Amino acid sequence: MQKITRDQLVEKAVALLSDGTVSAVLGWSRGEFDYDITPAVFKSAEEVKENFVWNDFCGANFSKYLVAQTGKVEGKILVFLKPCDTYSFNQLLTEHRFDREKVYAVGIPCEGMADIAKVREIVGDGIVSIEDDGESLKVSTLYADAPVLVGAKDVMAERCVNCKSKKHVAFDELMGEDGEVIESARFDEVARLEAMTPDERFLFWQNELSRCIRCNACRDACPACTCEKCVFDNPDSAVENKAPANSFEEKMFHIIRAFHVAGRCTDCGECSRVCPQNIPLHLLNRKFIKDINEFYGEYQAGAEVGSRAPLVDYTTEDLEPGEVFERGDQDA
Amino acid sequence: MQRVGVFVCWCGSNIAGTVDVAAVAEALKNEPGVVFSTDYQYMCSQAGQDIIKNAIAEHNLTGIVVCSCSPRMHEATFRKTAAAAGLNPYMVEIANIREQCSWVHKDMTTGTEKAIILGKAAVAKVNLNTPLTPGESPVTKRALVIGGGIAGIQTALDIADAGFPVDIVETKPTIGGKMAQLDKTFPTLDCAACILTPKMVDVAQNEKIRIFSYSEVEEVGGFVGNFDVKIKKKARYVKEDICTGCGACVDKCPMKKNPNEFNLGMDNRPAIYIPFAQAVPKVATIDPNACNMLKNGKCGLCARVCAAGAIDYTQKDEIIEEKYGAIVVATGFNPISMEKFDEFAYNQSKDVITSLEFERLTNAAGPTAGHLERPSDGKSPKTIVFVQCVGSRCDACSEKGKEYCSKICCMYTAKHAMLTRDKYPDTDVYVFYIDVRTPGKNFDEFYRRAVEEFGVKYIKGMVGKVTPEGDKLKVQASDLLSNKQLHIDADLVVLAAAIEPDKSARPLATMLTASMDTNDFFTEAHPKLRPVESPTAGVFLSGACQGPKDIPETVSQAGAAASKVIGLLAKDKLTGNPCVAHSNELMCNGCSSCERVCPYGAITYEDKEFRMPNRTTKIRRVASVNPAVCQGCGACTVACPSGAMDLKGFANSQIIAEVDAICK
Repeated sequence: MQKITRDQLVEKAVALLSDGTVSAVLGWSRGEFDYDITPAVFKSAEEVKENFVWNDFCGANFSKYLVAQTGKVEGKILVFLKPCDTYSFNQLLTEHRFDREKVYAVGIPCEGMADIAKVREIVGDGIVSIEDDGESLKVSTLYADAPVLVGAKDVMAERCVNCKSKKHVAFDELMGEDGEVIESARFDEVARLEAMTPDERFLFWQNELSRCIRCNACRDACPACTCEKCVFDNPDSAVENKAPANSFEEKMFHIIRAFHVAGRCTDCGECSRVCPQNIPLHLLNRKFIKDINEFYGEYQAGAEVGSRAPLVDYTTEDLEPGEVFERGDQDA
Repeated sequence: MQRVGVFVCWCGSNIAGTVDVAAVAEALKNEPGVVFSTDYQYMCSQAGQDIIKNAIAEHNLTGIVVCSCSPRMHEATFRKTAAAAGLNPYMVEIANIREQCSWVHKDMTTGTEKAIILGKAAVAKVNLNTPLTPGESPVTKRALVIGGGIAGIQTALDIADAGFPVDIVETKPTIGGKMAQLDKTFPTLDCAACILTPKMVDVAQNEKIRIFSYSEVEEVGGFVGNFDVKIKKKARYVKEDICTGCGACVDKCPMKKNPNEFNLGMDNRPAIYIPFAQAVPKVATIDPNACNMLKNGKCGLCARVCAAGAIDYTQKDEIIEEKYGAIVVATGFNPISMEKFDEFAYNQSKDVITSLEFERLTNAAGPTAGHLERPSDGKSPKTIVFVQCVGSRCDACSEKGKEYCSKICCMYTAKHAMLTRDKYPDTDVYVFYIDVRTPGKNFDEFYRRAVEEFGVKYIKGMVGKVTPEGDKLKVQASDLLSNKQLHIDADLVVLAAAIEPDKSARPLATMLTASMDTNDFFTEAHPKLRPVESPTAGVFLSGACQGPKDIPETVSQAGAAASKVIGLLAKDKLTGNPCVAHSNELMCNGCSSCERVCPYGAITYEDKEFRMPNRTTKIRRVASVNPAVCQGCGACTVACPSGAMDLKGFANSQIIAEVDAICK
């Protein structure tokens, strides 16, 4: 269902590699399964032609990979960026996390990516292959005699259903048409949680977070989590490997992480995409974004390079802490 | 492993009354690292300090915990004690078991329990303390005084008298402030100009003092001893060094109808003006909003009549950059706007005026040359009603006025009433009051003279409504003592408007990172013990910017602020605070978050080469902190996403150890 084809992307990558514009390509390759698409660095046209993948499971946001890869590659690296990825790209530039000169960014349009969990809800477990025929996905499983046809729209990831922007905010070159920022309904679910009583909300999150296995996938995929050394891996931080006092304490990790990325999170949704336990982690981040918007005026992290996020900025118009407190009081 | 000594203070009965100090000392003996623990009646006394010194020597202590009052009170004392015994002063931790424990608890059991917990937290922290050595920074031996009223003038004169150069920045074209507008001063009734203008001349003639009039502070950087200040000298379109103040231009200017700020708009001034005859500097200023030459390029009369050739229509705002060791805030006050007080008909009748306007009306240099005339028709008022507490002492929820007492109104109203009765004995003078407050030397005697000798009619009660009717003002009021409604036909109503800090104070406080209270008065470092210092090092307070004050109080505070400044400037070097931020370069992402929140500009970035695995290197951008500029506020440690920023003496690990000890 993507408007742009694999062939077009491969052609672009091969051309840029051949004319020496870039010396490596950051793209998608097949993982263990068809839906299990993995970021990869391609160093030659042959590798690209053979292994480059582009389908509805190419959700991975490459911005974060530039932090490590720009340091490893001689010359420039080509990166394909979907509109939502470009916000992370800008945010990382704002934080001086990689050298812009070492990147050749190609903006590509995106029609929304599929969520494998939603596919499984329809076809069940044991998926062995998925073919994309443009409008729908043909899913073969171990247990079904014939492949099941699944509508691409029916299995679209939540972050794509509530897509916030089809506009590329950063690129060197754009393939296809650029889109617009979208008035999405992405805060509706947050508003629903806000309307709950504190007890209901606590139960909701306890239920969701109790599934966490602390695999750190959310952290590892998050473009805002690029610290040289994560405090949770750092023996000097006094928070590393602490034995939890109760079953909920460890789940505080997610709330702390949401604070950690507050004001820097672009709402790219990678955390929820990679979570093997399907915890809606993006809701924590969106709560912060919604609050920041309401308290300090609309702010989209990564919309432009060098913007001063409200939480690390001061203006005389900033609301007084008391007002925040009063509102918090009403919420409770 | 540290060897920690614990010293529990009774503070007489202040602590021992609610905390079982012996039990605290006993309980803390078992904490990790503690090798000695004792209690004593007054730990801060000589004998108490000797106990600490002896214990340090006898038990080879490497750190001490004093369970006593707030560190703001005696941390410095005990650090000195430790230093005298050869221990690094930053190996001292204070557990506040007085203000945060014994004073807020009534019950001995809970008080003792909490004191033990606070002690445990301090022990946990001191176990992680490391000896710190403060750096030194030089002192720029020049002071800046912001505001050129009596507060600023007195402070500047006193500092200059000690031999240090001082700059005064004043937004108006002249120094003098509110006092220059006053007629007489209570309680001695000497004329304000007679005592103020000689001081203004002293300022002008003092070679240590520079006056930047018609100027504003634009930007403040740096820190105590080393402030970098940008001062905007607004274009006055007159060359200050050439103008002789002869006034020929003022006489010839055709644009004469502009409200005269100095007389509070009760008469007019030309577009080019000198605020008053004794102005300092005595230099003309062109009002760009009134001058036809500046607005339309037509006229140029002042330039033609100026024999000195001082007029310069092309003058631009000028930015002056200067370094200062100390800054004194003396931004003063203003009466509040009477806009919201419709009941007194201030906006409906010219004959309802504020007390400051009354000062101008009775001032020999004022719009009526000192003759008491009604602004509306110039007639002599025969009945005058003074209303006190207009906008002062309002309910906390009042949107019209202020909760505080403006302090000066009782006395100046007594003065106004007395002077009116003295000069015009046929005038009926009423004063409506809530309370008459006269706590000052010779103040109550002054007020009683107004009542007893001069026959001023003081009525306890508030004026409810003033209605202009014909050429009279119908005043409706209540007399609370005789429980009667009064109706008075007045010719003039004078409102004792509350006073509030100058509007420039809040943006200035932001620039100085000095704190303010909810009313925008600057906060002092300690209300009783450090009343002229702001909590920001190197920033001092003088006059009404800190709270409502009369002239005697303002002058004493101005002198006190000056003495603090002199004490600072007399030092060649300042010992810094070693509790500053530092960045762990191995963890720093170079993301610039810390730089953005640093109020002192202490953080810069550099590209550094780091060794990586397999003999490779990597260049990374990392933060570095200038310890001389860092004030240890800790904003960066909170903003740092990777936890690379930490504060010496208040490391994250130390804080968490304290929290752990409390929660254990």
